[in-house]
Amino acid sequence: MQEIAPGIFMRRGPDLEATAANHNGIANIGFVIGRDAVLVVESGGSLADGRWLRSQIRKRTDKPIKHVVITHMHPDHCFGAAAFDADRPNVVGHHRLRAALEARGEFYRERLIDLLGETEVGRIVLPTQEIGNDGAEIDLGDRVVRFTAHGAAHTDCDLSMMDTATGLLFAADLLFVGRVPSLDGSLLGWLKEVQRLRAMSATKAVPGHGPTIVEFAPAMSDLERYLASLRDDTRQAIAEGRPIEEAIQTVAPSERGRWNLFDDYHGRNVIQAYKELEWE
Amino acid sequence: MRLPIAALAMVMATAAPAFAANGDEPERQARWQDVSEAIFGDRPIEPGDELIAIEAPARAMDAALVPITLKVGRPEDVKAVHLVIDENPSPYAAHVRFGPAGDPSELRLRVRINGYTNVHAVAETSDGRLLETSVFVKAAGGCSAPIGVSDAEALQGAGQMKMKFGEMDRATLMIRHPNFSGMQMNQLTRTYTPARYLDQIKVSYGDQTVFELAGDISLSTDPVIGFGYDGSGEGPLTVQATDSDGSKWEGSFPAPVSTN
Repeated sequence: MQEIAPGIFMRRGPDLEATAANHNGIANIGFVIGRDAVLVVESGGSLADGRWLRSQIRKRTDKPIKHVVITHMHPDHCFGAAAFDADRPNVVGHHRLRAALEARGEFYRERLIDLLGETEVGRIVLPTQEIGNDGAEIDLGDRVVRFTAHGAAHTDCDLSMMDTATGLLFAADLLFVGRVPSLDGSLLGWLKEVQRLRAMSATKAVPGHGPTIVEFAPAMSDLERYLASLRDDTRQAIAEGRPIEEAIQTVAPSERGRWNLFDDYHGRNVIQAYKELEWE
Repeated sequence: MRLPIAALAMVMATAAPAFAANGDEPERQARWQDVSEAIFGDRPIEPGDELIAIEAPARAMDAALVPITLKVGRPEDVKAVHLVIDENPSPYAAHVRFGPAGDPSELRLRVRINGYTNVHAVAETSDGRLLETSVFVKAAGGCSAPIGVSDAEALQGAGQMKMKFGEMDRATLMIRHPNFSGMQMNQLTRTYTPARYLDQIKVSYGDQTVFELAGDISLSTDPVIGFGYDGSGEGPLTVQATDSDGSKWEGSFPAPVSTN
């Protein structure tokens, strides 16, 4: 656990696939301490991961844990939330998070139980505060955080958070650093949201995966370069009539070697991109 | 005669477990024995590697969209191909009968694969022989994977079609349809979205049939079919599609001048 800014603590998630050994604790997770309350940002990938996070909070403060932020519906971000049940927190999510969890939550949960066992996997926690297109602010006491609900990008329910005092941007999985991005929303939408994140003028950011804090501009440029290559090469494959399985082999070859877990996710990203772009 | 695929699926769903990821080779052979008897009865099935081949990834990157290519060596001898995914809850993925304007030499499909499985392709020759080949594919959860949007959203635009023409009288048909598998759960209601899938797709060139495909829940969302046709006659390519709820859609696409 690293204090990346005064009162902001983050744990770096390793660039690994979910395993029983890592309790699906593979995302960057942490918390923000205000004068009156604690806000959990990213709940962890399992009940075990969430409990660990809660114990880390309690080592540092006795202030009430009033808010838990679920940045999107992927399992490494949502299954720690149940570890905070006793705190009766306000659960913050994108206005599309509920629908996404209703569609996919149980499927994810069953798969995670296969991996970790029933007792390690939390129940699915639905948001109590849904962030609309106008965004919202939460005051932790002399510390205001601002939420933005994004259009379909990494997923269709991505939520980012800005710590207004420090200007630190919690980009969640809209920003991958080092670990290859995974596309599960809209490629063109993600490229659009990249511009929107840039307009927030953050100098430092917390990515969903990678180092706990990075310089925003170069990290976002790397991500944008990957997404743009994925878009351009996939469009070219479609225009040339090359089928999806050939596209997997040929799209964005220059990105290999620049990302961890490239071979585990890139082919799937090409499939997602192809599905989206072939109807253009 | 049209085989009642859906009815067969129900029989099979009770006959064997949906998941046999740890099954060994004898179990897989026994599974194929059961499935092939249910589809082909007591007709002999011969080894057919010299006539038909399957191209598929050894490990699927997306179990809900596994690209499969069937290649036939002597297309003039083949009147139909059958695609069977043994461990899927409804194993008989597709039955494609080729018409006078058909070209069985290469057929591309996208399928769901629910567990580690043998995938079989059976070519049916004009003189009624069945010749079979198979590959093993590692994948998990392709049939139960949620579509990701609400059922109503998923059905928006169903039946919308697009035809892409390639060289040498090849084309790719794309049809919008969620192809609900019946295994996708809504957590809120704790109920499964009922199966609803494209069950008949007929493509014609002018007044000649290219192929008729009997589909099932194993075809991926928004089915895409790559096929060849004999473009020496008069177009256009027309498509008639129906789904298991009885909805019908049609499309007509002017074909480019034959390149043959």
